[in-house]
Amino acid sequence: MNRIYLAIAVMAATIYAIRVMPFLFIRKPIRNRFIRSFLYYVPYVTLAVMTFPAILTVTDNIWAGAAALIAGIIAAWLSRDLFVTAITCCVAVFLVGMF
Amino acid sequence: MSKENRKKTDVKRADPSTSRGWFVRGLRNGIPICAGYFAVSFALGISAKNAGMDALQAFAMSLTMVASAGQFAAISLIASSAGIIEMITTTLIVNLRYFLMSCSLTQKLSTKTKPGHRFLLAYCMTDEIFGLSATVSGNLNPFYTYGLMLVSVSGWCAGTVIGVLMGNILPVWVSNALGVSMYGMFLAIIIPPAKENHFIGVLVAISMAASWLFTVLPVVKEISSGFRIIILTLVIAGIAAVLRPVSDEEENALPDEVAESSLSGETVGPSEPDMDESIPDENAGAGDGKNSREERRE
Repeated sequence: MNRIYLAIAVMAATIYAIRVMPFLFIRKPIRNRFIRSFLYYVPYVTLAVMTFPAILTVTDNIWAGAAALIAGIIAAWLSRDLFVTAITCCVAVFLVGMF
Repeated sequence: MSKENRKKTDVKRADPSTSRGWFVRGLRNGIPICAGYFAVSFALGISAKNAGMDALQAFAMSLTMVASAGQFAAISLIASSAGIIEMITTTLIVNLRYFLMSCSLTQKLSTKTKPGHRFLLAYCMTDEIFGLSATVSGNLNPFYTYGLMLVSVSGWCAGTVIGVLMGNILPVWVSNALGVSMYGMFLAIIIPPAKENHFIGVLVAISMAASWLFTVLPVVKEISSGFRIIILTLVIAGIAAVLRPVSDEEENALPDEVAESSLSGETVGPSEPDMDESIPDENAGAGDGKNSREERRE
């Protein structure tokens, strides 16, 4: 039992170290234009990579996932709202799941 | 910008409690993350139980790690009684992408942000919370991230504990719907800027296509999802930075200029002198998309 808590502590500390390191070492705005641009694009690329194709397999039905993807893109395009888009995706999955 | 707007901005700028506004907005936007986390951590709780962990241990793990793939790896390491070196190396590899995310987020902080925030912000760096925090218009008010974190980590921990205690009590359609809500949120973050800025649009499309290729092509499909994210982000964002370097106006970091430009910018959102940036009007890029999204969120 103590072994489990020890393992959790070690791994949690490692994960936190990974997360906190950049915050400790990069204290000033980076001047280098390439790095600034690179970091500016990071979230868009990361989120796109994480979303597709994972959205297709997150449910047990690939068509439900595809429906959520399409409905989500349309909802995001039109509404720009996180909440509306997230719920639209849920509804799409739910509707496909009914048939 | 109309006089009225300017006046409104001035009033908000004078209001020291805008951090509260950001915090509340974070709580609201954290709800879809919470739903998604709940579904994922449910599965996590079940596998924690199978690995011989009790509810308290699983709770402690979820609270201290807040990392999906990282925790699944952690559970299998615990189950296999791995040694400490193996634990550290595996954890480093599986969670390496957070390093990149933290690097990116440091550039969203105003130079006036108190140093203490960095320690708490580091704790909040999950894929989802990072995604939302990194794409706000202008500088990040840390309280927005804290709001997101509070709601989503609650869902994460609750899901884990319930997963351990009850196993899978959720009907399939419910967990399907919860699971997909997180991706819906990602789409809401990347699609609007892609609509305004064609370069980001192309970038998003290429990223998705490359990500799909990495799951079907031989050899590369063996790469874990954590590494796939790192490799593709480095390569695609790197090429994008070479092809279209972001202009200084696009993400201005000088505090004085920032304060000044926030008066001329379109942002109607809660502006705070040290937290708000601004993207000038003539900049018809991602900025506009972000600003409009910001307005919608009001």
